[in-house]
Amino acid sequence: MMNAANFPILSVTTFLPLAGVALICLIPSRHRKAIQWTAFLTTVVTFLVSLQLYFRFDLTTWEMQFVEDASWIPQFAIRYQMGIDGISLLLVLLTTFLSAVSVLSTWSAVTERVKAYMASLLLLETGMIGVFCALDFILFYVFWEVMLIPMYFIIGIWGGPRRIYAAVKFFIYTMSGSVLMLVAILVLYFMYHEATGTYSFYILDYHKLGLPANVQIWLFLAFAVAFAIKVPMFPFHTWLPDAHVEAPTAGSVILAGVLLKMGTYGFLRFCLPIFPQASVVFVPLILALSLIGIIYGALVSLAQDDVKKLVAYSSVSHLGYCMLGMFALNVDGIKGSLIQMINHGLSTGALFLIVGILYERRHTRLISEYGGLMKVMPIFAFLFLLVAFSSMGVPGTNGFVGELLILIGAFQASLKFGLAATIGLILGAVYLLWTVKRVTYGPITKPENEVLKDMTVREYAYMLPVLVFIFWIGLYPKPFLRTMDASVAHLLESVHAKQAAQVLEQKPAWFQNLLAKADIQQLTKGQGR
Amino acid sequence: MEQVMSSISLSAIAPELVLVACGLIVLMIQAVFGSRFRDSFAYVSLLGIGGAAFLVLTSPGAFESKIVEYSFCDMWVVDNFSRFFKLIFLIGTGLTLLISLRYLDNEAMQHSEYYALMLLCTVGMMVMASAAELITIFLGVELMSISLYALAGYTRSRMMSNEAAIKYFILGSFASGFLIYGIALIYGTTGTSQIPAIARYLAQAGAGAAVLVMGMALLIIGFGFKTASVPFHMWAPDVYEGAPAPVTGFMSAGPKAAAFAAFVRIFMEALPTLQTDWIMVIWLIAVLTMTVGNIIALVQENIKRMLAYSSIAHAGYVLVAFLAAGELGLTSILYYMLAYTFMNIGAFAVITMLAGAGETRVKVEDYRGVGYKHPVAALAMSLFLFSLAGIPPTGGFMGKFYIFSAAVKQGYIWLAIIGVLNSVVSVYYYLRVTVAMYMQAPEKDEDVPAASALSPALVVAIFISAYGVLSLGLFPSTYVAMVKESFLSFL
Repeated sequence: MMNAANFPILSVTTFLPLAGVALICLIPSRHRKAIQWTAFLTTVVTFLVSLQLYFRFDLTTWEMQFVEDASWIPQFAIRYQMGIDGISLLLVLLTTFLSAVSVLSTWSAVTERVKAYMASLLLLETGMIGVFCALDFILFYVFWEVMLIPMYFIIGIWGGPRRIYAAVKFFIYTMSGSVLMLVAILVLYFMYHEATGTYSFYILDYHKLGLPANVQIWLFLAFAVAFAIKVPMFPFHTWLPDAHVEAPTAGSVILAGVLLKMGTYGFLRFCLPIFPQASVVFVPLILALSLIGIIYGALVSLAQDDVKKLVAYSSVSHLGYCMLGMFALNVDGIKGSLIQMINHGLSTGALFLIVGILYERRHTRLISEYGGLMKVMPIFAFLFLLVAFSSMGVPGTNGFVGELLILIGAFQASLKFGLAATIGLILGAVYLLWTVKRVTYGPITKPENEVLKDMTVREYAYMLPVLVFIFWIGLYPKPFLRTMDASVAHLLESVHAKQAAQVLEQKPAWFQNLLAKADIQQLTKGQGR
Repeated sequence: MEQVMSSISLSAIAPELVLVACGLIVLMIQAVFGSRFRDSFAYVSLLGIGGAAFLVLTSPGAFESKIVEYSFCDMWVVDNFSRFFKLIFLIGTGLTLLISLRYLDNEAMQHSEYYALMLLCTVGMMVMASAAELITIFLGVELMSISLYALAGYTRSRMMSNEAAIKYFILGSFASGFLIYGIALIYGTTGTSQIPAIARYLAQAGAGAAVLVMGMALLIIGFGFKTASVPFHMWAPDVYEGAPAPVTGFMSAGPKAAAFAAFVRIFMEALPTLQTDWIMVIWLIAVLTMTVGNIIALVQENIKRMLAYSSIAHAGYVLVAFLAAGELGLTSILYYMLAYTFMNIGAFAVITMLAGAGETRVKVEDYRGVGYKHPVAALAMSLFLFSLAGIPPTGGFMGKFYIFSAAVKQGYIWLAIIGVLNSVVSVYYYLRVTVAMYMQAPEKDEDVPAASALSPALVVAIFISAYGVLSLGLFPSTYVAMVKESFLSFL
């Protein structure tokens, strides 16, 4: 049955966690262990099912695979369409992997209202997988918004002291971006109807649609704001430190690991292919904002005395790299950006896990409360160092592969931006190593720290798999990189082809001007020439 | 379009007759037997509502053909548009009755008048939906309003309730005055009060007359009052806050839908030639209604008052659909009102359940800790609130999607943007309730309100509402098909 060609593997992956929610609801609240095991096993099974996607993935084509298509709301041409390509494959796998890790990581951290907590986590997983698999605009939007609810409750109920503020801010920030996207989707929908005479919400239909450049600009902005808030790009990042710091460990892992990737995924899936000209017009702006994000995030990280806040701001910096690589608009940049999304999920996720391990022992996140942990928790200290290496991109770890590719892409696009981005790398090494030093090296300054226990079996169980992937991608990235080759090549091809095609057509004068401007920018950046 | 004419057709008014009969029976039971058969009031009323709904659904051609049946000398029309609205009213009334049962016991107000007034009010709304003549519409408005005035003041020992009734009565009568004046002016220009005849007259004679525009403006004011649109919304918060909780839920759904039904029928069928005159006005009213409603709701502490302002804002969304008109716009009104009925009455069911004797616990802060003491009710409340906020996968989201797609289709992109940004604003105050329920602890455990009005009937009402909200959000296609079938066929 598993191998049957028409087995709806994406739907199964997406809705298995929902089945887990139903199962959990049947277990009485007092059986905490049973609830935790059910949740964990659900995520593990989901991960195993999703692995099938990797093994059965056809590397030679950019077309959507494992496609499912069913009628949902025929009156609006809204369909239940799922499918993945090289861009979404790894993100789906990352989601299922990190969900399992985060469920396991949270067993001892959350002891109250475990049932609701686990149900929220599983619901969140369904939403996240759905976002990456949906090929229908409305289906995508539904998953995109549904996900807010469990995350809101995870932050708001099980979070830290300022959890309510953080949860409400998270919800309203993300929603204000996405409602504008909804209007833009509707505008696209009716424009598509005008152009072709049929109604469709199928995302790939819109990839073929050549829109006039002035319309593209507005629609691009509406989509970009939604995604930029999610990424988050400077200056839309202010919700992120609040949400990350207040969320419980598992929430932070998912938030950093997967939720932020939805923004970058959105740019790749929607903004670049649907609005190629507008994307080119906005390249300088986005590159500049990414750069500000990289350096600003790193500088603010340097100044933090709360280790969780430090990791949160480092996300702003790392996601800046993803955006930089993507909007370099060349193969290396986009591949680097994609693999960096995975890397960031793994290494920042691992950093949050590390912070969680510390927090569970001492219930403080202030760096000054620690110091000298090497003596009492040697293995922990070693793992912390490895994860920090991965996050700063030391060769041999996954971070290196991603950042190298992004920088190659960035240098091809613009020397200035490439050079400036390397400053971020240095700063990254500074704040991470400095933190590791302050937490694990030196003498033990606080007597409470002398009795800390090293890692438990459960903690190994969720840290080691993450480390395996960190080094696997770092030492032999080919199995990961090759999955995206065909899709990235096709994406760039179609983006550039559409730009060229639009130039050839006879358009009004203002339109020509706009394009000419765009083209100059493209030439000065040496777009793949 | 096929039209069937007949002079007197009892089958055309059968659902209304059933409701009137049940209302009278309920009154007679109390008159003859005193309060000995007190429990039967609700059963008889619910039976009547079920019967009326059955008659609406089984009337010939219901939701299958677009036949429009005129009767009583063109004063009465039965089409899918009116059928759909009648179903909304019946659902709203039915749910409200289920919610009221234990509430009335708690308030020691289990009298037949409540049921009779509810049923007559429903008849009034149904008349508004089915009337094809301005005076008949006005009769419907009055029947509905007068019943509502009495219902608002039904818990007569409470000062707030009395205040609500008086305010509603005075301002409502004033609004009725505008309405009848507007009708008079339109009659004066066109020489008829029958909607199809007005349309025919205006199609021939053109729409230049200033008096006619005046009449239309007065109608906008009158219906503005009835739908609680800004700047005619002043009565709503006080009345919603003071009226008994089940009545408030009822008021915010059914009568609002009825006002929109009549509003749409008059403006789209009789006065389409005046469209250029009303577009700017309605645009402004829609924007004001959405924005003012949402912004004032942000600072409300009383949850009933908060939902009153939210209800004002929702009227603004419906006005967006009204403005967009066309098939998409008008059918989206039907869809939205159905979703709104489920989600708002559902929310009021939970409010009623927790309000306590004399409605002492209706502040947002009273809801602290409810999430853990009454998990199912809190879950349902969250569902209704998320739906009101327009978060998928709920009926509220599909409704907003429907409305805003109509607006975008007609080129009202700015209106759509203002609308969606408004729904972001609204998220803040809806979230406040979930914050209180789940994320804040009461000072003392006993501060969590008890489920005083909990009864099997109330649970049924909550489940029906939740089912409605979810099915409208997850599997909307059957409803959309029905709504499309109900599209006004005169256009």
